[in-house]
Amino acid sequence: MKLKGAEILIRMIKSQGVDTIFGYPGGAVIDIYDELNRHEDLNHILVRHEQGAVHAADAYARAKGTVGVALVTSGPGATNTVTGIASAHADSIPLVVFSGQVPTGLIGNDAFQEVDIVGITRPCTKHNYLVKKPEKLACIIKEAFHLARSGRPGPVLVDLPKDIMQAEIEFKEPSEISLKSYKPTYKPNKKQMGKVIELIKQAEKPIIFAGGGVILSKASEQVTRLSRMTNIPVTATLMGRGAFPGTDPLWLGMPGMHGTYRANMSIGHCDLMVAIGVRFDDRVTGRLDTFAQHAKIIQIDIDPTSIHKNVKVDCPIVGDCGYTLDVILDMLEKEPVEEIKKDHTEWLSQITEWKETTPLKYEQGDDVIKPQFVIEKLHQVTEGQAIVTTEVGQNQMWAAQYYHFDHPNHFITSGGLGVMGFGLPAAIGAKAACPDKLVIDIAGDGSIQMNIQELMTAIESKLDVKVVILNNQFLGMVRQWQEFFYEKNYSSTNMDQSPDFVKLAEAYGAKGYRCEDPSKVEATLIEGLDEPGVVIMEFMVAKEESVYPMVPAGGAITEMLLV
Amino acid sequence: MSINTYLLSILVDDEPGVLSRIAGLFSGRGFNIESLSVANTTEPDVSRITMVTRCEPDIIEQIKKQLHKLINVITVNDLTDKRYIQRQLSLIKVHAHPDKRAEILRIVDIFRSKVVDVGPAHFTIELSGDMEKHEAFISLLKPMGIIEIASTGAIALARENKH
Ligand SMILES: Cc1ncc(C[n+]2csc(CCOP(=O)(O)OP(=O)(O)O)c2C)c(N)n1
Ligand SMILES: [Mg+2]
Repeated sequence: MKLKGAEILIRMIKSQGVDTIFGYPGGAVIDIYDELNRHEDLNHILVRHEQGAVHAADAYARAKGTVGVALVTSGPGATNTVTGIASAHADSIPLVVFSGQVPTGLIGNDAFQEVDIVGITRPCTKHNYLVKKPEKLACIIKEAFHLARSGRPGPVLVDLPKDIMQAEIEFKEPSEISLKSYKPTYKPNKKQMGKVIELIKQAEKPIIFAGGGVILSKASEQVTRLSRMTNIPVTATLMGRGAFPGTDPLWLGMPGMHGTYRANMSIGHCDLMVAIGVRFDDRVTGRLDTFAQHAKIIQIDIDPTSIHKNVKVDCPIVGDCGYTLDVILDMLEKEPVEEIKKDHTEWLSQITEWKETTPLKYEQGDDVIKPQFVIEKLHQVTEGQAIVTTEVGQNQMWAAQYYHFDHPNHFITSGGLGVMGFGLPAAIGAKAACPDKLVIDIAGDGSIQMNIQELMTAIESKLDVKVVILNNQFLGMVRQWQEFFYEKNYSSTNMDQSPDFVKLAEAYGAKGYRCEDPSKVEATLIEGLDEPGVVIMEFMVAKEESVYPMVPAGGAITEMLLV
Repeated sequence: MSINTYLLSILVDDEPGVLSRIAGLFSGRGFNIESLSVANTTEPDVSRITMVTRCEPDIIEQIKKQLHKLINVITVNDLTDKRYIQRQLSLIKVHAHPDKRAEILRIVDIFRSKVVDVGPAHFTIELSGDMEKHEAFISLLKPMGIIEIASTGAIALARENKH
């Protein structure tokens, strides 16, 4: 059967189980859009900026646990995706980004809207392709999806020259893909497993340290079982939030630069760390030579390069988190209960003491709203069930500290790259993935302006996201660093000039609220969340509130600045 | 920690862009490449890259893992502690004043290299051998005044078992 390249593309995308893509048209992809319009079963969400398409696809992938797809034109369309791709790469999110390209005959001639997007994205994709021959198209698409979702997931870009999309060729669904050397290790080495059981049995002060790999491998249930079976407390990184219920008594809070006191102290004092799907980012470890310095470390990760990269571990295990934990849990089940489930009385009471003496805290007075209070109330009124996306900065850290996530795939944030402007398009992607869920972007006054145009996307596509802006009239996180480390030299971080967000919401056709009174926070949230459609709730919050605890960059995580 | 020299033999898909993926990996992560040589193999879609790199023992493990992570890299063979044969080829242009010509020719002879171009005031010498041989040869010629050198990167193959 002879088909046009564009039709093969759409067919292949659908055959991968995709029903929604995010994109923006242009000359180089006009054939694809022409074809797309004939496929009612493939929903296309028209964004207002290509960066938004990629963040939306990223969040779609995370909320749904599938591969996200974005489609953009050549040149500027393609370059606009780079930040989104780099963010997905840093967070290991499965994406396939299709970019248009000038016809093969023009490539290399500085043609109109030609950029070497394969060259540009080489270091921030898991892999990328330029399709040079129509016969290769179907196979490359299949490979791209396979690479994006398997092993350690990541973004894959496929560059599609216009003539390839127009070519008529014989189509047959590719049977098997041939990637000679790409064989991720899912099953762990059996020998290491016995060592894990021994280390767990011997430990007196153990902790579980879960990361984004747990979410990606859909292994939060196993992590929870492991903790319950062994009575070991759990901390989880920003990317790992929801790997373990945030309301469980064994939950330690998040570790790292703005981690809880007890999580960081537990890392500093534990004698065993079971690290699952983490890559030991510097924002988590602080100074490396003091990180978990008394602990034997077991590390489970599907990516061999994550092991021994920053932190030397005692028991490395290359394997899929979920699969490996299944094996460990099976083995633990065969052991005498008293040997694996210890009371850890001393250890757990030490942790309780840390929690009680040095909890997360702030003081809410009568006059000025504290940002933490807004998030705490938000958690209450949503009963912790919302999908929360964030922008970047203090808003992101307060969201992480004061919203307690009980389930995986509910906290969607740009972790590794920290992209301001992520939250709104991400909320749109998450809402497209989970239309029945309440989806909230927790935003800062600075970040929300970086992709504010996506409000129109949300409204047009009837993706009723809610935006909570914590307006501190500052680029708050940078201001905080200037306060602590640069003698309050607030260079270019003052943002007392912002648009009227209520009017802005109305201009787009959304509903806007502003709240300046602590006693009205709860009511505003309830009303705003109840209101159908897209809603912006702006909270005027204390201007110079800082995020505590804080570990100065490069410091030991047990040495925190406290309120 | 000590800095060592490592010799890697890497089989890759013979595709455009593969070399830039490898070069990009090294520059992006701050690894260093001493020399690199790329050529076809007997398999149609496979090329062999022989690479010499200098780094700490910890880093070479990361380098090998990161290389292997590239989708177009088929195998990474660290020959450093194995039995291998290694060669590199150099063309060395050296000042050859009348009073030094005999000595240069003697050195050329000892190293089993050959003079491939002669002029009134220079010799160009072709040398093949392993890296140590090159270093030794060049240090002997240096006092004569080397004008310029062109060298290939090292190439290497693992030795087969004798039996
Ligand atoms: C695209 C981008 N540019 C710059 C930064 C650096 N940066 C990190 S946090 C921050 C301030 C964010 O301000 P706002 O959105 O108001 O959040 P707040 O910290 O005040 O809650 C800046 C500028 C960034 N992370 N991303
Ligand atoms: Mg702000």
